[in-house]
Amino acid sequence: MSKIIASAAIRGSHKVFKQAEELLQKVIAEKGEDYKFEFPDTAYYLPMIYAITGFEVKTLKDMKEALRMTQDLLHDEPDDNLWTPYLGEALDSGMATLFAEEIWLACRYIEGLEPEKDPETGYEYNGFITDTIQRNLGIQLVDGRMPGFAAIIGAAPDEETAVKIVRELQEKNILVFLSGQAKDKNGKLTSCTRQLLNQGVELGWDVYVVPLGTTTEHTLYALDWAIRASLIFGGHKPGDFKNNLKYTKDRVFAFALGLGEMDDIKWATGAGAINMGFPAVCDTEVPVIHPTGVCTYEEVERELDHDKIVQRAIEVRGLKVIVDKPPIPIAYGSAFEGERIRKDDTFIEFGGNRTPAFEWCRMRELDEIEDGKITIVGDDWKERYEQGGQMPLGILVEVAGRKMQPDFLPIIERRLHHNINEGQGIWHMGQRDINWIRISKNAKAEGFSLEDIAKIHHAMTHKRFRAIVDKVQVTLFTTEEDVIKWREEARAEWKARDERLAALTDDSVDTFYSCLLCQSFAPSHVCVITPERLGLCGAYNWLDCKAAYEIDPTGGNQPVPKGELLDARYGRYSGVDEYLKKASGGAVESLNLYTIMENPMTSCGCFECIVAIIPEANGVMIVQRGHTGMTPIGMKFSTLAGTVGGGMQTPGFMGIGVNFITSKKFLAGDGGLKRIVWMTKALKERVKEQFQKRAEEEGVPDLLDKIADETICEDSEKLLEFLTQVGHPALEMEPMI
Amino acid sequence: MAEKVIKSVDKVAENILEWAEAHGLETAFERSERIKPCPIGHSGACCKICFMGPCRLVGQDAEERATGVCGATLPVVSARNLLRMVAAGTAAHSDHARDMAFTLLEAATGEAPDFQIRDVQKLKKLARILDIPTEERTKEEIAKDVAEKLISEFGQQKGELSFIKRAPKKRQEVWRKWGLVPRGIDREVVEALHRTNMGVDQDPDNLLMAALKVSLADGWGGSMISTDITDILFGTPKPRRSQASIGIMKEDEVNVVVHGHEPTLAEMIVEVSQEPEIVEYAKKKGAKGINLVGMCCTANEVLMRHGIPTAGGFLNQELAIMTGLAEAIMVDVQCIMPAIAQAAKKFHTKVVTTSHKGKMIDAVHIQYDEHRAKEVARQILRLAIDNYENRKAEGAHVHETSPVIAGFSHEYIDYMQGGRFRASFRPLNDAIMAGRIRGVAGIVGCNNPRIAPQDSIHDYLAIEFIKNDVLVVTTGCGAAACAKAGFMTPETALEMAGPGLREVCEAIGIPPILHLGACVDNSRILTVATQMAEEGGLGDDIADLPAVGIAPEWMSEKALAIGCYFVASGVYTIFGSEHPAEASREVQRIMSEVWEERVGGKLEFIPDPEEILKKSLEHIDKKRDALKLRKYEPGRFGVERKLMSMADRRKLESVARPHEGVG
Repeated sequence: MSKIIASAAIRGSHKVFKQAEELLQKVIAEKGEDYKFEFPDTAYYLPMIYAITGFEVKTLKDMKEALRMTQDLLHDEPDDNLWTPYLGEALDSGMATLFAEEIWLACRYIEGLEPEKDPETGYEYNGFITDTIQRNLGIQLVDGRMPGFAAIIGAAPDEETAVKIVRELQEKNILVFLSGQAKDKNGKLTSCTRQLLNQGVELGWDVYVVPLGTTTEHTLYALDWAIRASLIFGGHKPGDFKNNLKYTKDRVFAFALGLGEMDDIKWATGAGAINMGFPAVCDTEVPVIHPTGVCTYEEVERELDHDKIVQRAIEVRGLKVIVDKPPIPIAYGSAFEGERIRKDDTFIEFGGNRTPAFEWCRMRELDEIEDGKITIVGDDWKERYEQGGQMPLGILVEVAGRKMQPDFLPIIERRLHHNINEGQGIWHMGQRDINWIRISKNAKAEGFSLEDIAKIHHAMTHKRFRAIVDKVQVTLFTTEEDVIKWREEARAEWKARDERLAALTDDSVDTFYSCLLCQSFAPSHVCVITPERLGLCGAYNWLDCKAAYEIDPTGGNQPVPKGELLDARYGRYSGVDEYLKKASGGAVESLNLYTIMENPMTSCGCFECIVAIIPEANGVMIVQRGHTGMTPIGMKFSTLAGTVGGGMQTPGFMGIGVNFITSKKFLAGDGGLKRIVWMTKALKERVKEQFQKRAEEEGVPDLLDKIADETICEDSEKLLEFLTQVGHPALEMEPMI
Repeated sequence: MAEKVIKSVDKVAENILEWAEAHGLETAFERSERIKPCPIGHSGACCKICFMGPCRLVGQDAEERATGVCGATLPVVSARNLLRMVAAGTAAHSDHARDMAFTLLEAATGEAPDFQIRDVQKLKKLARILDIPTEERTKEEIAKDVAEKLISEFGQQKGELSFIKRAPKKRQEVWRKWGLVPRGIDREVVEALHRTNMGVDQDPDNLLMAALKVSLADGWGGSMISTDITDILFGTPKPRRSQASIGIMKEDEVNVVVHGHEPTLAEMIVEVSQEPEIVEYAKKKGAKGINLVGMCCTANEVLMRHGIPTAGGFLNQELAIMTGLAEAIMVDVQCIMPAIAQAAKKFHTKVVTTSHKGKMIDAVHIQYDEHRAKEVARQILRLAIDNYENRKAEGAHVHETSPVIAGFSHEYIDYMQGGRFRASFRPLNDAIMAGRIRGVAGIVGCNNPRIAPQDSIHDYLAIEFIKNDVLVVTTGCGAAACAKAGFMTPETALEMAGPGLREVCEAIGIPPILHLGACVDNSRILTVATQMAEEGGLGDDIADLPAVGIAPEWMSEKALAIGCYFVASGVYTIFGSEHPAEASREVQRIMSEVWEERVGGKLEFIPDPEEILKKSLEHIDKKRDALKLRKYEPGRFGVERKLMSMADRRKLESVARPHEGVG
């Protein structure tokens, strides 16, 4: 019964608390109370303590204070008979456990013990999950590619079962965190991480399997990640524990799988997770807690059958997983997208400057093609494929549909990359005529044939674009001659397509689109996407939205009629304002598309870059996600990001997608490209080509060289010196403020 | 041999009653048999509001034909009598509340130095409700404003009582629509007395609506003020383990019974009884220590906050003396039988009255004064200690007790469902929606030897409800009954509750019957019900909840006031006796049909316990149906599982809802 769990959790909380207290004392003795600490690359201090209490732990002294607050949450174990209630007390103890674990892990960082190295295998665990990783995941969290999160604590009874469970989670696109240990069926203390390593399973963010550390306490890293989603995407305030925990319960679809025997610390950590609305499903004879309300459904459930445990957990968490799997002999899902195939593991490869190759999507009339028809052109293609090595490959995907428009072709074509990459054991890179495909020996051994490439494209194009595509026909060319011939034809169309796209401007269309995809995570943010301003996540442009609207008219992308142009310089439209007022529930009254200074675009939190004003330089700086160094306004990306997210308009600060930098509409109302005075080196490198073109158009061909980066300065004083020295145009422009 | 008549299902009480009978001592139990109720007054047909009367409105077709000298008809007379009772009940709770408010004021100003502000969080919560600023202010400053504001509500002449806005929005609208919102507490009581004065309100409907209005000045006025201030001054209760029974009297300690309703002096007694000098004094007099014994609602107050054991409810007061073990019984106001001073004459027990409002022939009077509260408390304890040596061997020495877990304040009920960070009523509402819990029953009110053997209906209903997966909340003598019966333990849930209720009790660790405090704390039921309505899933008004209120063994006018404010708050309420307006069908019709139509609740009087149970369950199921909840089936529960896709998640109460495409 529940009392057993509550008692264990309360006992566990005392143990974890004591452990944290002892280590903290030791660290204080070594470093002194004023010693500063922060987890790597985060603006959220000790995120759990920060989100729940609002307390900013910056030093060991602060940790001592936080631990004192933690102590107030500890309770006595319920008595054997005539007990007083224990649920509230056990949940408090659970939260105390998370606080104590956070302090303990922080101290371990100071001691150089984190990220942990596995003592048996030498594997280096992930440790603390940075803000950058969190924001990088951005769009995947909302578009269905990563619908849920599992924390596996302990170990499966044997390695095969561990692999089976993790594979099943991967196929369902569920991000898996691994921590803790348990005895396997032979009584050996091990962990799921070791079991997977022994079976040669690839681990890491790219494949959705992230080992955090060897102890149960390491699970806290995953919970720290979950609670930060509320601060970053939810826009909730630190200390507003009610809303932060409601957010995790309603929007972060995480659950725990307790594999192997449960102990006090596992229950205590579990009780902490239940505070966040995350239930636990165990594979041993544990008591269950079925009444709902703290979690959406059951709090604790058992499922002894390992074939059913993943499905059971998904139901218990109330999570819907839609898996689109083409009819191929390998596993399929976005969890496999990041998987790499090394040369030695490659059975055969196409393109990648090794052989001529291309992939092209073209539009046909309905009566011109036959749905599902797959043609492979070229003599002996079967024999050549079976031999392995390298082979030319041209992929022609022809689509037809009553609602099909030529504008959708680049979108469908861009998905060809994902179509291939999501297969387990096959890999794709590039696009158009610079594509590169590898098929691994494992995939081949599982029976993957050349025809399967075509099958994937046929099935996935239908699934992804079912509302606009009625017929899909795929032809593969396998001889050099054919590939080169067809590639020429494709290139001609690509050229025409690019020219047409370039002509597509904000002024030439009468409808913009909204993007509400992020509202599953960031409920108060609305993106407005125009031909010249793509979404701040970088993943959605105007055409994507247009197609998405055709596919699902009530979905996350809605047309926004421009209405009347109210302010040409700042880009204010009556239709946009009207739409936003409604869609944001009155939170946003008005939006200026082309300025950062007044009513700029809001952000969800998964922006690629942040633009921020540097008043003394009369310009702006741009820093991208993942840059961990200091910037001239005295804030790192992670700190800056905290001021921009959550659906608020913050004049002077704005989240954008990388490609917006070289748009003609970039800060057009503020003076445009010439306002950029500082930009990271990596960004400069990334936008170089297009930037050069734009700089010339703006009449400052050497603009890029006049923009400072982190190798030149990281503070505003030096920045000014540099700008004056190179004669940056921003210094001469009208004042921004 | 004649069959033995059971007077009480409280076994310890029954033992004492047997002993008393054998020793020729009389109690309320015998008097209630000896003195038959006046049938005319009992049925509401006696009018004695002017000296042309008393008029008895009896005879054939009395409803239509009988009138008093002035011409008042039976419905007018019985409605008038009823309104007077409700007004008196309201006055009692509210005058108690007034004392609490003044104590808070003097605790804040330092004039009553023995009192502190214990629950600052609750003080601030109250301040927020009353629009009193809290930022950068001391607790004393806030408390002073809170006390003054609440004191002003007694004499307020216009407007609305502040706590009215704590009710669900929809409920407030109902009250405003029917003109039921009290303007000021005293004003409603005075107006009720005026209306029922000779020759004023002669319309039964109008009189009875006034009863609802004055009762709201109790439930959402006086009683609520009292509960909240008591929590602020003495701490908001949380669960404690203790004992219940007259058997808690100790042979070798000075037994001091604290009896009545206002907790201020009793709290001081609790504090000073632990002072070393007092304990030492008791030891010097040959006792091992001081044993505080609660009685009636004072017992509930100190049980909820300190775990002081309770000797039981109203009907146990004479019996406590008959143990021969009580050195003193300290009383203040309400439900104190003058019979105790007479019973005490046969024993060494000193009966100490402490309020100028409640003196008694043959009792010692020690006037309570909040300015020197501890000193008065010490004086009373010394008097008791001095009396220890006078204890005689004679008495019904009983020592059997039952365990009890008490202390379920609204705040703790909120906490227990999710801890400090996830406190809410979601789990309870979920459990009701899923059919784990069929509904909620409040079993409250007094004991009444004329209705049934002491505690028998309380106990019967409590157990039948929990067997049927109905969660029981209880206060006052109802709570004392369940405590003495040993029902308020978590083990009861495992042994007796239905499968769904049992699962919920196990998850939280609670008894299936929750002790919410004294009868004045029925206000906790109102705020709990409000939070249930506001949590979502069970409608948006108290009247929508699958819940009933029952006072099965009532006797006090206060019970009638409580019953009326339950009804006015939307609750179907059943009293376990004949109707106090038994003579008038019209009054009964108004109180059931008319009231239900207007305010959603009705007041019915049903003497048969099985019928009470049947009607309660029918009502709960009817409300479940109206909410379109799954049909209650024992052992079968669950909610439809909605698996959330990404699109579903975007539609979650977002500020920015995607709206249908424009154009």
